[in-house]
Amino acid sequence: MAAGVAAWLPFARAAAIGWMPVANCPMPLAPADKNKRQDELIVLNVSGRRFQTWRTTLERYPDTLLGSTEKEFFFNEDTKEYFFDRDPEVFRCVLNFYRTGKLHYPRYECISAYDDELAFYGILPEIIGDCCYEEYKDRKRENAERLMDDNDSENNQESMPSLSFRQTMWRAFENPHTSTMALVFYYVTGFFIAVSVITNVVETVPCGTVPGSKELPCGERYSVAFFCLDTACVMIFTVEYLLRLFAAPSRYRFIRSVMSIIDVVAIMPYYIGLVMTDNEDVSGAFVTLRVFRVFRIFKFSRHSQGLRILGYTLKSCASELGFLLFSLTMAIIIFATVMFYAEKGSSASKFTSIPASFWYTIVTMTTLGYGDMVPKTIAGKIFGSICSLSGVLVIALPVPVIVSNFSRIYHQNQRADKRRAQKKARLARIRVAKTGSSNAYLHSKRNGLLNEALELTGTPEEEHMGKTTSLIESQHHHLLHCLEKTTNHEFIDEQMFEQNCMESSMQNYPSTRSPSLSSHPGLTTTCCSRRSKKTTHLPSSNLPATRLRSMQELSTLHIQGSEQPSLTTSRSSLNLKADDGLRPNCKTSQITTAIISIPTPPALTPEGESRPPPASPGPNTNIPSIASNVVKVSAL
Amino acid sequence: MNLEGLEMVAVLVVLGLFVKVLEQFGLFEPVSLEDSVEDEFELSTVCHRPEGLEQLQEQTKFTRKELQVLYRGFKNECPSGIVSEENFKQIYSQFFPQGDSSTYATFLFNAFDTNHDGSVSFEDFVAGLSVILRGTVDDRLNWAFNLYDLNKDGCITKEEMLDIMKSIYDMMGKYTYPALREEAPREHVENFFQKMDRNKDGVVTIEEFIESCQKDENIMKSMQLFDNVI
Repeated sequence: MAAGVAAWLPFARAAAIGWMPVANCPMPLAPADKNKRQDELIVLNVSGRRFQTWRTTLERYPDTLLGSTEKEFFFNEDTKEYFFDRDPEVFRCVLNFYRTGKLHYPRYECISAYDDELAFYGILPEIIGDCCYEEYKDRKRENAERLMDDNDSENNQESMPSLSFRQTMWRAFENPHTSTMALVFYYVTGFFIAVSVITNVVETVPCGTVPGSKELPCGERYSVAFFCLDTACVMIFTVEYLLRLFAAPSRYRFIRSVMSIIDVVAIMPYYIGLVMTDNEDVSGAFVTLRVFRVFRIFKFSRHSQGLRILGYTLKSCASELGFLLFSLTMAIIIFATVMFYAEKGSSASKFTSIPASFWYTIVTMTTLGYGDMVPKTIAGKIFGSICSLSGVLVIALPVPVIVSNFSRIYHQNQRADKRRAQKKARLARIRVAKTGSSNAYLHSKRNGLLNEALELTGTPEEEHMGKTTSLIESQHHHLLHCLEKTTNHEFIDEQMFEQNCMESSMQNYPSTRSPSLSSHPGLTTTCCSRRSKKTTHLPSSNLPATRLRSMQELSTLHIQGSEQPSLTTSRSSLNLKADDGLRPNCKTSQITTAIISIPTPPALTPEGESRPPPASPGPNTNIPSIASNVVKVSAL
Repeated sequence: MNLEGLEMVAVLVVLGLFVKVLEQFGLFEPVSLEDSVEDEFELSTVCHRPEGLEQLQEQTKFTRKELQVLYRGFKNECPSGIVSEENFKQIYSQFFPQGDSSTYATFLFNAFDTNHDGSVSFEDFVAGLSVILRGTVDDRLNWAFNLYDLNKDGCITKEEMLDIMKSIYDMMGKYTYPALREEAPREHVENFFQKMDRNKDGVVTIEEFIESCQKDENIMKSMQLFDNVI
């Protein structure tokens, strides 16, 4: 029941008086109106704009936010009104829905903003009135297409690691910009298509005379050369077709697709020509087959987006084209008949039959006017002129529809290209925002924990150096800090992580003397191949080689900056020892002492000779915790 | 000049085109058979306003606030201020989605439209509601009798009652339990006449009607239902 007529329910109930006297059974009891209160005005304050309406207006739709008790959550006791922190423009439409029972969609509103608001107020978009429903659906479809486009291209990029050879090949075929090989293949096939088409054309050009016979076309004069060219092209096309067939994810679908049919039609004549002998009977068919070679030019549509758009347009305008054809046929038949009978009387008339007049009609309607058939009688001339006038009209009518279709599809394509171009910028922006927030955290961590460390050592003057951050930021950083403490690892930024990776991989080479490395190959090898949050065991703790020592210098330099946090993150007693060793070094910020002190706890090294590891998870956890003093986890 | 058949046709066609061209230039005023342009303006400017609130308060038994609520609902659905029969039927059908309530709505419309001008204004509407919801039992019975008496001649015949009964049964629709039989309305009418028609003359007059209803306990009780509708 539409809510607009809810106000008429008392009338409907009153009209039931007509049933009472004829009823045989007693009537049921009427429902009591428990809280029969007078209708009151309620105030809805939406972002400062006050709307007022009757309470019963809102109660017409009890399964929405405003109609149910859900709105009590938004009741502001101080001002005795319902406050919603939402868009007042869209709220206007929502409230009108309660008033009139019809939901309208304003054209200037963004579709996703509108959807969000409707979802908030608990209103289904399906009840949008007919007047606005089409517009709403169109905009929604466009939006969905846009999202799908984005997702598709995202998926294309993300699915890199797990493609098989076949899938890579298919991707290379479909999108030549993915790799240089694909690009080379693309240009080579394009070149050969062009060569093939040009040879087809040149074959028929008269090429000078051989003395004693008439002028020959080039094809017959240099038949061997042309045959070799043709063979080469066809071989390339065959190879390409077979490769595509192999790489296609769904072979059956590929075979049925238009492009593959064009490919087959382009190369078939050659093979058929090879098979057929030089028989006179079939040479007519053979000539026909050669015509099909011209279809190779359609292979260019893989290379040209404009051609594809044109083809797609024609396909989507099939109904308009059909109508054009039908109306033309009708008009042709009518006018041909009339012209035939009009010209029947005149002598030596070219209009010998109605089908013969078809030619005249077509030529006249398309305003060609070859002049090989002209009417001679007066009636013929009158009807002929009417025919040409109507021809212009009939052809001009469906053409704008086709043109507008083409324009729409073309613009859609352009929009897709623009979106792809802007996508890179958009992703870069997102990445910058992310790194910005993680950098903010790391920065505040250094400053904040610097303060903490200083507090521990009791130098109050330096506490004020900390940067002031907003409450939300500090709470967020506290949260991340708690996560660090929970896992006993730390956040670092990407560059440091990569440097650590590089160093560890460089230090891998003289790794025979560092059994710690060999005993934990998993950790080190996964360091750089995957950007996962795994720790790496920087073997700076136990490598005696001098070359590595210089590496250690570098690494400790980097470690220096972010070393302080580890002072407070250590958990096990073992780590405390290391901390004690490290702490004075960090304070004094001297590199050389650091180098010496880092390998201090030889007992801690998991070399396994002096101390057997307590349990297999034990050293692993110890190592990360040791490593936490030395190497940090990858970035956010 | 000797014109043959087809040439004659061609010449006629040319003449026809000539006339059309002259029309375009306005030199040739053909006779137009309808004056449709002015008609369209009339209906849209009709907008009925009810009498003042005080007058309605005097005429009906509703309080001021009740009248306000009623008018607001009325105006919402019929902004022009009057309800046509089509509109009436459409509003009423929204309450009975299963069946066909158009016949009964027509009878109701005729009952509300006291001055028989083809439209129900707010005064008619409120007057009818006042009787049903705030009137005495006798007033209500009177109103019901008026509803049943289709030709307003003071008595209900069996045919009139049959029409009313069929329209009520139509509102039920097809899907009922037990399934609706063809004879059900007729049987119901027989039952009614047996109860109401005292002197068995085939018609029910207003006195017979009120008397019989007052004797029937069910009917009396059902009349009380209307006290709390608004």
